[in-house]
Amino acid sequence: SRRPDPVQVLDEAKDGVSSVKVSDHEILSGSVDGRVRRYDLRAGQLYSDYVGSPITSVCFSKDGQCALAASLDSTLRLLDKETGELLGEYTGHRSTAYRLDCVLSEQDTHVGSASEDGNVYFWDLVEGSLALSLAVGRGVVQSLAFHPALPCLLAATEGHVQLWREETFQPEGDAA
Amino acid sequence: AAAESSDSEEEELVSYGTALHPLQEGERIKKPVPLQEQTVKDAKGRYQRFHGAFTGGFSAGYFNTVGTKEGWTPSAFVSSRQKRADRTILGPEDFMDEEDLSEFGIAPKDITTTDDFASKAKDRIKEKARQIAGVVAAIPGTTAFDDLIGPSKITIGVELLRKMGWKEGQGIGPRVKRKPRRQKPDPAVKVYGCALPPGLSEGSEDEEDEYQPENVTFAPKDVMPVDLTPKENVHGLGYKGLDPSQALFGVSGREHLNLFTGGSEDTSNLLGDLRHSKGRKLGITGQAFGVGALEEEDDDIYATETLSKYDTVLKDEEPGDGLYGWTAPKQYKSKKRSEREVRYIGKILDGFSLASKSSTPNKIYPPPDLPRNYRPVHYFRPVIAAGSENYHLRKALEESTGKLECDTTQQSRHALNASQRRERLGETGLKGPAPSVLEYLSEKDRERLKEVKQASEQQMKAKLLPQQSRNSRFQPASPDDASHKWQMLLGGQLANAGSSDFKPFARNPEKQKRYESFVKSLKQGEKDTLEHYLDPSMTEWERGREQEEFFRAAMFYKSSNSTLSSRFTRAKYEDDVDKVEVPRDQENDIDDKETAVKMKMFGKLTRDKFEWHPEKLLCKRFNVPDPYPDSSIVGLPKVKRDKYSVFNFLTLPEPTTSVTQATNEKIQQDNSLNKPKKPSRWDVSDKEKEKKDSISEFISLARSKADVQQQPPVPATEECGTGPSETLPTEVTNEDKDQEEESRPSMDLFKAIFVSSSDEKSSSSEEESDEEQQPTTSVIDSETTKQVDLPDSSLSNIQENVVATTDPGVSLLPTSKQELDATEEFGPKLPPAFSSGGFCRLLVRKEKHRKNREKHKTKREHKHKKEKKKKHKKQKNKGKHKNKKSEKDSSSDSADSSDSLSDIDTTGLSPKELLRR
Repeated sequence: SRRPDPVQVLDEAKDGVSSVKVSDHEILSGSVDGRVRRYDLRAGQLYSDYVGSPITSVCFSKDGQCALAASLDSTLRLLDKETGELLGEYTGHRSTAYRLDCVLSEQDTHVGSASEDGNVYFWDLVEGSLALSLAVGRGVVQSLAFHPALPCLLAATEGHVQLWREETFQPEGDAA
Repeated sequence: AAAESSDSEEEELVSYGTALHPLQEGERIKKPVPLQEQTVKDAKGRYQRFHGAFTGGFSAGYFNTVGTKEGWTPSAFVSSRQKRADRTILGPEDFMDEEDLSEFGIAPKDITTTDDFASKAKDRIKEKARQIAGVVAAIPGTTAFDDLIGPSKITIGVELLRKMGWKEGQGIGPRVKRKPRRQKPDPAVKVYGCALPPGLSEGSEDEEDEYQPENVTFAPKDVMPVDLTPKENVHGLGYKGLDPSQALFGVSGREHLNLFTGGSEDTSNLLGDLRHSKGRKLGITGQAFGVGALEEEDDDIYATETLSKYDTVLKDEEPGDGLYGWTAPKQYKSKKRSEREVRYIGKILDGFSLASKSSTPNKIYPPPDLPRNYRPVHYFRPVIAAGSENYHLRKALEESTGKLECDTTQQSRHALNASQRRERLGETGLKGPAPSVLEYLSEKDRERLKEVKQASEQQMKAKLLPQQSRNSRFQPASPDDASHKWQMLLGGQLANAGSSDFKPFARNPEKQKRYESFVKSLKQGEKDTLEHYLDPSMTEWERGREQEEFFRAAMFYKSSNSTLSSRFTRAKYEDDVDKVEVPRDQENDIDDKETAVKMKMFGKLTRDKFEWHPEKLLCKRFNVPDPYPDSSIVGLPKVKRDKYSVFNFLTLPEPTTSVTQATNEKIQQDNSLNKPKKPSRWDVSDKEKEKKDSISEFISLARSKADVQQQPPVPATEECGTGPSETLPTEVTNEDKDQEEESRPSMDLFKAIFVSSSDEKSSSSEEESDEEQQPTTSVIDSETTKQVDLPDSSLSNIQENVVATTDPGVSLLPTSKQELDATEEFGPKLPPAFSSGGFCRLLVRKEKHRKNREKHKTKREHKHKKEKKKKHKKQKNKGKHKNKKSEKDSSSDSADSSDSLSDIDTTGLSPKELLRR
């Protein structure tokens, strides 16, 4: 339909909604009120997980089992989607003021997050150990995105967008 | 050939039935089997038994053997290993004989309605079975719960009716425009039996009918039509024999139509007449006995018809509408009847007949001669109003007479003071003069009080001036020497002080009158006449006092108006909507979660799960089946909740309650004092719409403000208002509490009981519904305990009370306003700190005041002793202030508030109060 008004307003969040992700039957939202809300359309349920610190970014894992939530206490948390249990915690970056993105790698092996110190951090998903810190720039890494199928990272900082690929990658033809 | 022909003949014949055996020669004709030897056999040729094994009979297997037609065959062994799953549980039916299952057996297999279609009446057998099961079950009594939580069954008929718009309690049938005026014989509505006397049936409702709009239709009343025709004969039900008169005697003389129109009374008369005239002995007649062949007058059985009885020409029938011929119902026919019957218009009920003698006409007395100077409009004198017992009656009278400007006389029993009430109750009066608080003060104290008061008022006035400049339409009154200071204070702000909706002295009509004229003159600046309005019979001191009182009242009225209104904000909710949509489930409080997060115990502790209804279109867009196809809810299910429910405001401590109750009380009370049409100072919401002046606005704001803070249970308040005002405070509160509890949604109660323990810990948090659990009990507990320890502390506070005593009738709000001056601003939601501050203090004071009054009545002689005590007790008392959140004496308080009108002259702040700040 071409109606200009929204189909449905999800007004459960008590504060700003900082991040929304959508899967085939779910809506995942992170809010500054410190909750990660997952609306399950199929089950008709709303699951609200309290994290405490304002959520800056949320994302689903590729297997659809987990939800990753970045919050302003410089922590990434991997939550079990079904039970809300904490599966992993990833710290080391700095995220205290900005709305920074978090990502999961294309095969759910690593967890990545932008940071206010100009780096992009990657942790091992299972072990939680810091695997890599990419020095992207000097300012805040404002945005971060991971390719859904390829090991390929986009990062935005200081007016530039950077495309990162694995070392073995050979750009075909024109690199642009 | 002959044989062939006979064969062919036989083929052509059609034979029915079985041919009898050709009789053997010499054989006798068989005698029929006598009755006692006849037997009934069933389909299998066995003797039919009428009882199965379960009811005393015996018919086992095949002809009472264990075998079958083919002989006995042992049942083959079947391994239960594979068949374990589908092994059925044997019921009693499996052991029953056919007879048991037959029509007359213990378990007849007839067609029964399914549950869906069955009536609501419970199956008795099932019921019994369940009861037995309940006793036998491992946990006895569990089936009782099944009853409780079992789905309610509605018959299909009811369901269909519901779908057609029927509701429980309504009658069936088309909606009627208005209620039928009376039980008039209406062709559409049959009236069976006796109609109720018209005045009795709908007397009160008829009055309301006048006000009902035209386009409103009503469902018909749910009336079970009852046929009240008495059964006078010994015939079977529904038997209607031949009319003997018609059958036997012929009525050639009578008109044919009598056959049809004749009621029972006619025929009986007729019969009697005939009996006498013909002198015939009558046997038993009627259908059952027929007419014997030997009866003589056979030809009279059927009345002879002649053509003259029929219309041969089509013409207009009777003067009526010509809808009916000679089969017309009685109404039409009755016109032909005797004059008497014509006079009676209604239907004659079965079993009744018209009186043969008309009753003696009622003697009609002529109305009394009116005096010459009589005016048809009645004016209710104040005396009458004051004396009338029933307030409502009086109000109705006033409204009916359109008496709008009856000033000064408005009195309800709320406005009565203690002595007046005492008179009505017939109690013995107190000895000595009515105590005034002032009289307990020493002269010095009084002076001091006055000074302080003036100082504070001046201060206040200075603050108010800028805001109120718009109000100063009137010329400032020039100073009078007696009331110089007051004139100064009032200045130009006297604007609405005397406006009629403010009646500080409503209790005393004379005084109120004086006050009004006083204010009028004050507005017009007639300084000299001020004294003139005062009661000349008073002493000088009294007059001075009263004048001061008037000044103060005028001042208070105005200042409270603008000061308070500046302190309030708009209501969060529409005032006339007393229901709020609240999400049914609320996210639990954060405190628990915070700790859980700190302990990294994510999962159950941090998770809230809600039922959430996605929009249908959203489901389509997501290509997901709608999880709740039947629901029309979108989002979280919401529940309508009473706006003033306890649970919506539980985050606040409850002391404010009593204050609001008191204010509500006042609202109510003052409402009752007000004239019907004019918006009043304490106007309620429905009247607000009429006129939105600053006053009513302020009131509504104040009210909604106060309401938002907590839960004034409106019915409870009303009860307090109308109930006996001298009841024990504790009882009143408990009753209120009970009421609150009863009106609470049952779901919350369930939650309170059954919700998991982690949730129960929540005591202070942002959301309300989760806190609905234990406060319900704890509130009451604390309530009672507080009440227990209250009296002794409050008893010791005489001095304070005396000082702080204001005139609640006039200045309840002013006082609170003054209190508020020292505290924070009003906000949409008052923080707890506030409510336990200003409001609570006020409350405590009021309470003390009440106690104090009681004291005066009873223990005046102990006054001095108490005054010594109070000094150290006061200290203790201060500490207790915050705890004294009792709602108890709202009723008695308000009653006292009206009582204490006489104590007006001490209005103001106590020095103690000021010091405490």
